[in-house]
Amino acid sequence: MSTTTETAEPRRRVTLWQRLPVVHQLRQSVGLQRGMLIAGLIITGIFLLTAIFAPLIAPYGFSQLRDADGVSFGAQVPPGGAHLLGTTVGGYDVLSRVIWGSQTALGVIVVAVVLSIFAGVILGLISGYIGGWLDRVLVVIADAVFAFPTLLLAIVAAIAISGGQSSLFGGILAAAISITVVYIPQYFRVIRAETVRIKSEAYVESAKVVGSSTGRIMFRHVLRNATRTLPLLFTLNSSEAILTLAGLGFLGFGIQPTAAAEWGYDLNRSISDVTSGIWWTSVFPGLAIVLVVLGITLVGESLNDLADPRLRTRRKASAVPAPTAETSAVLEGTDPNS
Amino acid sequence: MTRVVDISNLDVTFATDGGGVAAVDGVSFTVDSGEVLAIVGESGSGKSVTAKSIIGLLPETATTTGAILLNGREVVGLTGEKLRSIRGTDAAMVFQEPSLALNPVFTVGWQIMEGLRAHKGVSKKEARAKAIDMLARVGIPDPEKRIDYYPHQFSGGQKQRVVIAMALVLEPELIIADEPTTALDVTVQAEILDLLRRCRDEFGAAIILITHNMGIVADLADRVAVMFEGKLVEEAPVAKLFASPEHPYTQKLLAAVPRIGTGGARAKARVDARVAAGTVNTDAPVVVAQDLVIEYPGRLGRGGFRAVDGVSFTISPGEVLGLVGESGSGKTTIGRAIGGLTKITGGSLQVLGHEMLGIKERAFKPVRSDIGFVFQDPASSFNPLLTIAECVAEPLIVHGKARDARSARPRVNELLEAVQLPRTFGDRFPHELSGGQRQRASLARSLALEPSLLIADEPTSALDVSVQARVLELFSELQKEFGFAALFISHDLAVVDMLSDRIAVLFHGRLVEEGTGSDVLGAPQHPYTQRLLASLPVPDPAEQALRREQLHALKAAE
Repeated sequence: MSTTTETAEPRRRVTLWQRLPVVHQLRQSVGLQRGMLIAGLIITGIFLLTAIFAPLIAPYGFSQLRDADGVSFGAQVPPGGAHLLGTTVGGYDVLSRVIWGSQTALGVIVVAVVLSIFAGVILGLISGYIGGWLDRVLVVIADAVFAFPTLLLAIVAAIAISGGQSSLFGGILAAAISITVVYIPQYFRVIRAETVRIKSEAYVESAKVVGSSTGRIMFRHVLRNATRTLPLLFTLNSSEAILTLAGLGFLGFGIQPTAAAEWGYDLNRSISDVTSGIWWTSVFPGLAIVLVVLGITLVGESLNDLADPRLRTRRKASAVPAPTAETSAVLEGTDPNS
Repeated sequence: MTRVVDISNLDVTFATDGGGVAAVDGVSFTVDSGEVLAIVGESGSGKSVTAKSIIGLLPETATTTGAILLNGREVVGLTGEKLRSIRGTDAAMVFQEPSLALNPVFTVGWQIMEGLRAHKGVSKKEARAKAIDMLARVGIPDPEKRIDYYPHQFSGGQKQRVVIAMALVLEPELIIADEPTTALDVTVQAEILDLLRRCRDEFGAAIILITHNMGIVADLADRVAVMFEGKLVEEAPVAKLFASPEHPYTQKLLAAVPRIGTGGARAKARVDARVAAGTVNTDAPVVVAQDLVIEYPGRLGRGGFRAVDGVSFTISPGEVLGLVGESGSGKTTIGRAIGGLTKITGGSLQVLGHEMLGIKERAFKPVRSDIGFVFQDPASSFNPLLTIAECVAEPLIVHGKARDARSARPRVNELLEAVQLPRTFGDRFPHELSGGQRQRASLARSLALEPSLLIADEPTSALDVSVQARVLELFSELQKEFGFAALFISHDLAVVDMLSDRIAVLFHGRLVEEGTGSDVLGAPQHPYTQRLLASLPVPDPAEQALRREQLHALKAAE
C-alpha cells in the first residue's frame, strides 16, 4: 500500500448492481468465455420470458382440443395454418404444448433447487462444523443416495409421493421433491467440504478465542464464506433437473396432459409418430429440452471458468507502461492521518 | 570469469482483472561465473519475477520485453523446445519450499535422474552413479541407500539438499535460488547456506540468490541488487552496501532489520519502570504452567504425539515472555492451550486463576474477554466478508459491550487510532489492506476488551522487514500503554529480544532455557541455545564471517 491510498482520495466503490453474481462475471469476461456466457444468458432469458408470459404467447391452452368455435383440432395435423407447429397424436397444439411446457419446467426447477439448497446447505453446515458421529451418519446416508441411479431414485420418490399420477401442483411438487432427494447430497457435500476447510481458518479460531457461541460462528463466519460456489452448482443442477423431469415424464411418472404441459410426456406420445414420418410432434419438445439445458449449462460452465483465476482469460497486457504494482514498502509505516 | 547472465532494460507486465500491472520496470544487471548476486527486496518488489523470467517460468498472463542474455543466448521470446533446452543445462532453479518442489510418489534418485534423461541421454547405470555422486556431494549421508528413498523420508533441510542436487546434476552455469531457506529453521538454514557457498566455490556456478533476509545476504552474497517497486534502486558489492548504503530505501531497509542485543536496554527500562511503580511481583501471576503436557491423539493403535513435554513457566502481570523455538518445538501449541484452543492432557496450566486441565467451554467463556490473541497469518485472520470495523467490533458484541457493529463504532474508532490506522479504514474490507495494516487491525481487535493477557503467535513472521519493525514498535508502545501481560511467540531470536522481558527457549517440546534477554542471549547455557544463536545470520558481512567460524567451531566441538 502506498500512501496515496491512505489519504482521503475518494475510493472507487463498486455499485451493488455490478457486484451481483452474474453481472459481475459478465463484466469480467472477455473473448470466447464472454461469448459462451452471453449465449447462455440469452437462451436462458428467452426460456424464462416464455415461461412467465406463456398465457399471453401460447395460441391455445395446453389441454385444449377444440378452437373457440368448438371445431376439433384433429390429430397429427402437419405444421402450418392455424397450427404453426402442427398437432399431436392426442390432438393438442404442439406450439402451445411447448410454450406451456416451459412453465412446468421452470416451476419444477425452482421448487426442486430451492428445496435441495435449503436442506443441503443446513445439513452440510451442521455436519461439517459439528463433526463427530452426526457427521459420519450424514455422510454415509449422502453416499448411499449417491450410489443409486438418479432416475431410479426419482421414480421411486415420484411413486411414493403421488402414486405416479396427479394434478398440476401435485405433479410439479412430486417431480420437484423426487429431484430434491437426488440433489440434496450434492449441496450437502459441497457445503460440508467448504465448512471443514473454513473451520480451520484463522478467522474462525479468532472468533472462538473471542468467545463467540457456536451458532454465531456457524452462521456469521462460516456460512457466508461457504456459499461462494452455490450459484455455479445451482445452474448446473437446474439443467440436470430439467433432464430428470423430462425423463420422468417420458417414462410416464410425470404430470397428466390435462394437468399441465410437459415435454417428456409429449416425447413419449410421439414415439410411434417418428417411424411414420410425423416429425413435428417429437422435434419441437425435444429441441426445447436441448436448448434450455444447453443455455443453462453454458451459463454454469462460464461461471465455473470465470470463478477460477487460472481458467479465466484476460485482456492481454498492453506494451505501454502500466502503473507499477503497489507494494508494501517502508512507506507502510508512515500514516499521514495519525 | 565469464559473463553468465546479462539483463538489460527488462520489463515484465502482468494482465490482471484491473488492467496491466508492471511487476518489473527497466531492470538491468549482470552476473559472472563464480559469483553470488543477491536480489533483495520486499514482497511485490519484482525480485522473483525478474529471476523467473531468466528461465521463462512466468505465467501466460505476463508480457516480457527487453533483453536477457544467458550464456550469450537471447532468452526473451524463446518457446517450446528451445526454451526447454536451456532449462536445467544453462540455468537451474532451487525453490522456496522443498516439500512442494519434490514429487512425493517418486524416489529422490528418480527425480535427480529425470534431468539427466531429459537432456543427456545417458544410460540408466551412468545416471544412477551420477545421482549417487551428486547426493554425496550435497552432503546426504549414505547416498547409495538413500537414493531409493522417497521425499517424505527426508527432513526439511535434507529435502532442500536434494533439490539443490537436482539443480546441480546437469552442471548449469547459473543457479537461481528463490528464497531457498525461508521455509527452513535457522539452524538448518546455516547448513544450506554453507552448501550454496560450496556450489559456487566447487562447481564455479553463478548464483542468483533471491531473499528478503539481510542476514543471509551478508552471509553469502558477493554483490547485492536492491529492488523496490519493480525498479533496481541500488547495486553494490556486499561490503560497500552494508557499510554505506546510498539509496534512501536501502538505508531504511537496513535500519529496519532487528538485531540481537538491542532489547536488553529496553527490557531493563521497562522493569525499572515497573519496580518504580511498585507493581512487580505483587499480584498473582496471570499464567502458571507446571509440568505442562500436551499430547495430540495418534491413529488407532499408535501412541499420541507429545507436542509439549513437562514445561513449567509463569507470566506475571504486565510482563512479556518471549517463547522461541523452531518449527515443531511446541511453541504454538502452548499459545493455543493458553487461549483455550487446544486441550491440555497433563500437568497443570492456570490461566487467570482458572485451571485449564479438563475445563468446560462454558466455564472458560467469561475468561476469554480477558485474553487477546493475535494470529500469525494476517491474510486469513479476518472474515473476508465483514468490514474491518465489524471484525474489530465482534468481541464487543459477543461479550455484550455493544449491541451491534454500529453502536460499537465509536469504540472501534478509538481502537483503530490506538493502532495508528485512520478511522476510515473501518469501512474497508480486509483484502483492501496490506499485510502490516491487517496485522495492526488484528492487534486492535485483540485489545478491544482491554485484556490483561495477550498471546501473539508469530505476529510478524509473514510481514516484510520494514513493516515488521513498525508493528513491533507499535506492539511495545501498546504494551506500555495498556500494561497487559503477553506471551510473544516467535522463531526469530532478534524479534523476541526486542520485545521480551524474559525469554524461554523450547526444543522438541521441552523448555531448555529460560531467563532475561541478556542472560539467554548474552551467555547461553544450553548447547541448543548456543547453536540457535550462532546460526542466526547478522546483517554485517564482516561480523557474519566471524560468526560463521564460531558456528563451525561449535559444531566441531559437538
